[in-house]
Amino acid sequence: MAQAEAIKTPDPSPSPQQPLGNERKWTHFFTFSTDHKVIGIQYLVTGFVFYLIGGALATAMRTELATPNPDFMTPETYNGVLTLHGTIMLFLWIVPAGAGLANYLIPLMIGAKDMAFPRINAIAFWLIPPSGLMLVASFFFEPAQAGWTSYPPLSISTGMLGQGIWIMSILIGGTASILGALNFLVTILKMRVPSMPFLKMPLFCWAMIATSLLILISTPVLAGALILLMFDLVAGTAFFNPTGGGDPVVYQHMFWFYSHPAVYIFVLPLFGAISDVLPVHARKPIFGYRAIAYSSLVISFLGLIVWAHHMFTSGTPPWLRMFFMITTMAIAVPTGIKVFGWTATLWRGKIAYTSAMLFAVGFIAIFVIGGISGVMLAAVPFDIHVHDTYFVVAHFHYVLFGASIFGIYMAIYHWFPKMTGRMLNEFWGKVHFALTFAGMNLTFMPMHQLGLQGMNRRIALYDPQFTDLNVLATIGSYLMAVSTIPFIINAIWSWHWGEKAPTNPWRALTLEWQTLSPPAHENFEGVPEIKTGPYDYGLGYIPVKDDPEIYEEAIAAAAAHAH
Amino acid sequence: MQSSAVNETETIAVSHEEHGHEEHPDLRMFGVLVFLCAESMIFLGLFIAYLSFRLMAPAWPPEGTEGLELLLPGINTLILISSSFVIHNADTAIKKDDVGKMRMWFAITVAMGAIFLGGQIYEYTHLTFGLTTNIFSSTFYVLTGFHGLHVLFGLLMMLAVLFRSRNAAYYSHENHFGIEATELYWHFVDVIWIILFALLYLWR
Repeated sequence: MAQAEAIKTPDPSPSPQQPLGNERKWTHFFTFSTDHKVIGIQYLVTGFVFYLIGGALATAMRTELATPNPDFMTPETYNGVLTLHGTIMLFLWIVPAGAGLANYLIPLMIGAKDMAFPRINAIAFWLIPPSGLMLVASFFFEPAQAGWTSYPPLSISTGMLGQGIWIMSILIGGTASILGALNFLVTILKMRVPSMPFLKMPLFCWAMIATSLLILISTPVLAGALILLMFDLVAGTAFFNPTGGGDPVVYQHMFWFYSHPAVYIFVLPLFGAISDVLPVHARKPIFGYRAIAYSSLVISFLGLIVWAHHMFTSGTPPWLRMFFMITTMAIAVPTGIKVFGWTATLWRGKIAYTSAMLFAVGFIAIFVIGGISGVMLAAVPFDIHVHDTYFVVAHFHYVLFGASIFGIYMAIYHWFPKMTGRMLNEFWGKVHFALTFAGMNLTFMPMHQLGLQGMNRRIALYDPQFTDLNVLATIGSYLMAVSTIPFIINAIWSWHWGEKAPTNPWRALTLEWQTLSPPAHENFEGVPEIKTGPYDYGLGYIPVKDDPEIYEEAIAAAAAHAH
Repeated sequence: MQSSAVNETETIAVSHEEHGHEEHPDLRMFGVLVFLCAESMIFLGLFIAYLSFRLMAPAWPPEGTEGLELLLPGINTLILISSSFVIHNADTAIKKDDVGKMRMWFAITVAMGAIFLGGQIYEYTHLTFGLTTNIFSSTFYVLTGFHGLHVLFGLLMMLAVLFRSRNAAYYSHENHFGIEATELYWHFVDVIWIILFALLYLWR
């Protein structure tokens, strides 16, 4: 929508003499296109719009929390706002953004013309807008109030309409997610260029295999839980109602069987993306390719057997707590391997402080903090102490905002030239990074302290002793809100008036840079040739910034099509 | 100038899309397989929920509720299982390019599936308990109902194949993805029913 306004004004830069088959009108992005590159951008832009809505809701909550009393909105509204904020950010922003990157990058990285099932791909995307619109619309007549977890009995006693729409919306979004994952998995497994064995694949593809497996295994179980919840809500069954012989803890198990792996669904694509960004901007081979590749799979396996650490206070028996405590702590090992790999990649590299690199470094720094508080929370006694306090809020915002969102920004700064054919403005990129980094830490760092002091999450009013730190967090959240402004202006402006991007502005080695920027329809002329390993920086082969061969081929191909 | 360039691009786009993506091997059956694996996870989730409810309950079925009849569902089960063998004949037939035989086997499978659904509806209407009577009845209706929806969807797929194959050239021994996918789906629905039957009816 945003780029639409920008594109209406005439283009001052000279149009190429001959169309190369890679130009796109803005209207293409509003059609049922089966081109994975269009769908990728559709996902990213749609997700970003929902991110702005979710961010506005977060800012409203922080405004409410600037004072101990509920004076900005009623507690009921606050409940609705927090539910909508969580749901939008997770299901309508991070998941679609990861899917958008995967859509755009996977076929290009493996040298394929498109996804395995382009039409299913388009259907998967077009399920997102109705799901999101339903959810946002429900806020205006009867908001769901039970949080993004929607635990019964709370969720079946706070209003049928809003909660019912919430369930429908998640079921539709979940279907979209499953269809997308199906496509990613089949595409990566079956459609690589013949000269690309698994161990020459970019690490992003490894991460997407792990992510897709998690989505395919766990999302259906959430669907099962939501179907049962819907029956409880609408038909009056008692699956999760103890008075009728049901058990609310069963819902919690089914919910977290999806929603814990979901945090890896949120973050694994970005783990993959950062593994592809770091070596490019540090001009060094990735450290421990195999370790990083396999650790993604280990994370997705362990991720499936840690869910009950969300339920240490739900009457879980001690032996089961012990099991989940150990598996949860064990998951720090594969993630630790990745962090070591990334830092070792930076070590003595020729680091270019581009915006993408800054966000990558910010990602690692913040993710380590979130990871450490995660290990703290895995310990049963500590978790019982801080359960449902702001310590948990601080932890998952460090992981989700610090890793996922820094990762998405990093990926956008890195791949924007490929996606749009224009360079982003680096100065405003750095301003964006500085504001986001400062705002993020200012908002969420004080929440650790608030949580340890016992401030409960999800409540509109609090004890006046917590006021100072809350004011600090609120100031931080305003800073974060402001930080998106330079990004939005930069993205819209650069998309149309930015400097023309060469085919390979960062001199990267992966296949997506061996084609036009933006790539032509069907991505490559012929089967792309793999000239070197994906991370062989400094080992002899130096790619050209703007390969004239690619233009010659494209001009020839375009001329052939025209006749 | 600008607009003519854009029109040029659009025609190129269209011609590209018409070419389709036939250059890679046919991955559709692999896709169906992956999808069915994901679909089976919904059932797995529901089965485990059922087991939790059942194992925590003091009595199953709860006192005062009649248990389930075995005879009619047993016959129904036999019909559904045999239909899996019947539909396989259709696959064999189309591999010999025998569209007529393929249609016949599909029609028989549709009939058997419809009898199964009819039997289930008959059972529903003759039970002494309703959806909300207790946790026993709720799990029974939701599990069998969710499976019944899958059966219904399978029937729709078969009817679609029958509709398309009015044109005898639509399917051939080389090109019969629709038939293969429907068969695989039908086997899936069957296997799920066997597990359900064991859990709901046989386990006393």
